[in-house]
Amino acid sequence: MDRFDLSGRTGGARFGSLTDAPASFVLTGVRMVDPAADTDVVGDLAVIGGVIRSDAAPDVPRIRGEGLVAAPGFCDLHAHLRTPGGEGAETIESGTRAAAHGGFTTVCAMPNTDPALDEPLRVEGLLARATDASARVRVIAAATRGREGADLTDHRALVAAGAVAVSDDGAAISSAAVTRRTLLYLAPLGVALVEHAEDTGLAGGSVMRSGPIATRLGLGAWPASAEATIVERDLALAAETGGWVHFTHLSTAAALDPIRRAKAAGTRVTCDVTPHHLALTDRWVAGDRHFAWEAGADGWSELDLTLAYDSTCRVNPPLPSTADARELMAALADGTIDAIATDHAPHPQERKAVPFAESTPGMIGLETALGIGLAAVAAGQLELSTLVGALSARPAGLIGESRSLAVDETADLVIFDPAGTWMVSRETLASGSTNTPLLARELPGLVRLTVASGRITYDAGLIGPA
Amino acid sequence: MTLAGASTAARRHLLDVDGWSRTELEDMLDLAVEMRTRRAAGDLPDPLRGVTVGLAFFENSTRTRVSFELAARELGATVTDLSVAGSSVAKGESLIDTVRTLERTGIRVIVLRHAASGAPYLAARALEYAAIVNAGDGTHAHPTQALLDALTLRDTLGSLDGARIVIVGDAVHSRVAHSNLHALTTLGASVVLTGPPAWVRAFDGWPGVTVEPELEAALHGADAVMALRVQLERAAGSGVPSLAEFIAGWGLTAERLDGACPTAWLMHPGPANEGVEISAELSTAERSLIGRQVENGVPIRMAVLSRVVELGH
Repeated sequence: MDRFDLSGRTGGARFGSLTDAPASFVLTGVRMVDPAADTDVVGDLAVIGGVIRSDAAPDVPRIRGEGLVAAPGFCDLHAHLRTPGGEGAETIESGTRAAAHGGFTTVCAMPNTDPALDEPLRVEGLLARATDASARVRVIAAATRGREGADLTDHRALVAAGAVAVSDDGAAISSAAVTRRTLLYLAPLGVALVEHAEDTGLAGGSVMRSGPIATRLGLGAWPASAEATIVERDLALAAETGGWVHFTHLSTAAALDPIRRAKAAGTRVTCDVTPHHLALTDRWVAGDRHFAWEAGADGWSELDLTLAYDSTCRVNPPLPSTADARELMAALADGTIDAIATDHAPHPQERKAVPFAESTPGMIGLETALGIGLAAVAAGQLELSTLVGALSARPAGLIGESRSLAVDETADLVIFDPAGTWMVSRETLASGSTNTPLLARELPGLVRLTVASGRITYDAGLIGPA
Repeated sequence: MTLAGASTAARRHLLDVDGWSRTELEDMLDLAVEMRTRRAAGDLPDPLRGVTVGLAFFENSTRTRVSFELAARELGATVTDLSVAGSSVAKGESLIDTVRTLERTGIRVIVLRHAASGAPYLAARALEYAAIVNAGDGTHAHPTQALLDALTLRDTLGSLDGARIVIVGDAVHSRVAHSNLHALTTLGASVVLTGPPAWVRAFDGWPGVTVEPELEAALHGADAVMALRVQLERAAGSGVPSLAEFIAGWGLTAERLDGACPTAWLMHPGPANEGVEISAELSTAERSLIGRQVENGVPIRMAVLSRVVELGH
């Protein structure tokens, strides 16, 4: 596993791969948070030959784990690995290293690549190239050919090739009829249509959430209804067809009540939210740098516009109002929102070093998700077990994976130091891109070890050379 | 004094009047009055001697560009007008590269007009010592226009305290309206916005601002009425079904003003679409301040440029 040696990284960190030898170690006195089993206990964690065991032979290295947290490996339902076609921003190698650095053991690659992942061969090709990556790569294939929203892709063949869901992410399927056809055809397949809920007519060429901040900054603003109308439309279609719709990167409070009602009525609907829509707000576009739950995330005159119009704050859907971010957090805490997904969207520098409205939307997120979540936990916004569940077992369950720290399970886990902090910087990020407004910010939660499918994929000096 | 809000990093630039205190605004208006007086007396100082000012207009403009150029020259500056059509900007060089190049050639002050909101902020953060003066960015801000409007109103009304200023038209997409809202309310005026809902309702709840959909009610008791230029090419279909609907609902005429606010002054940032936002007879009426707005353009830009150079030392 010494294949990737990034000297100078946090504590001499190393990346490993899924083809490395299975790991063996015992971590003593570690806090094990396992939402699937509803347990949160301190004890020894033994991994022998890549499998969790109840005890270990004396020759297995014993490492002190006091103060550390062990959690099931994180699963990202929404990441852009930019392969094929955008390798200047991210590759399978850099993207899965970013995943491992963030505690993720699975990343779902979105299909808005060039060309789009709309053919079984392309899905198989990407999966074949990822077998020795630093995280399991799963593919969410395009829902329609060329993501053009007209003709369905061969959903059955794509699923047979390994796709775990379909999506035209980057946009919603604009036609209700095509959306209905998709949900109907998918219904027996047990995979979801992952919907980017945005009515392009309402959103237009807008770049920000509508509200006082957008008005003050003179930036074109898309109303919350641009998300809610697609959500309501798709809920009606899912109820009617029995198909499974999964709304990704929800960003408005207005979308939550319809989803609550549909879930109560038994409609097959799930959803995720990004860390940045939980924590960052439209005020960040005006230069504010308070998390949504912090005092100071409200008010008018406090804004210092020196940092305003930073293009790294342009994401799609746009950053929410402070009130909406708080509603999203509440919906995550009450279970309405099933999972945290990063919408990790790497872009080369030149796409961001332009005026805000001319920049390409998206920010990287694989490496900062845990830190944002732990900041929310520290602020009393979220239980640690809720955070861990929303990052691991719950999203994993949506793509047919399981996550557990139980004995005899394959080790698939992350060990982090909740009291440790790290500075987000060009030097500390493993991603091929650095487009995040969290650059130069200190985040809580130092990932010390990531184990995917029994192999160490990231080790920040915890285990050391094998 | 701070030119761009609270942060010291942005002090040498003039990006917006958003965040300025009343004292900062009044001081700038006082300086403009001094420039105006000394200019009339042929007694201008030359605080810009040895300074090169670059005019970087990425959008067309006549009155703003000319008044900046005159202001800079008359205060002793060397002025370079960067004709955008022939410059590398047209060849795809980024805004950041362009302003950095200008800075390295020795240009101290870059007067920037750009179609993208926030472009001056991006440019300002890319520079080491040169100053950015915002001459209008997208649908965000036009601080020197707001300053000259405030000066014109202060000249005419004596003080803005308690004054009722009505702004008519597409305020949400108007950089002139945005900057005026900040400047006029900070100087003590109450501002009433009127127009089709899509053009004014976003300002509901802004400090010191009232949104009144009906023109008659908005005009009642006004001390001054500012018409905004209607963007003819995009008006129909965005905020109003047709230009005729706008003219019928919110077009300013002598009859309407005489009925609702007979003593109110009339303003327009220019160039006006006569027969649309204001009738032809109004622009030259006795109540019109349009000519005085233009006259105040040069002294305001003199004040701004001299203050920027002073702060850059």
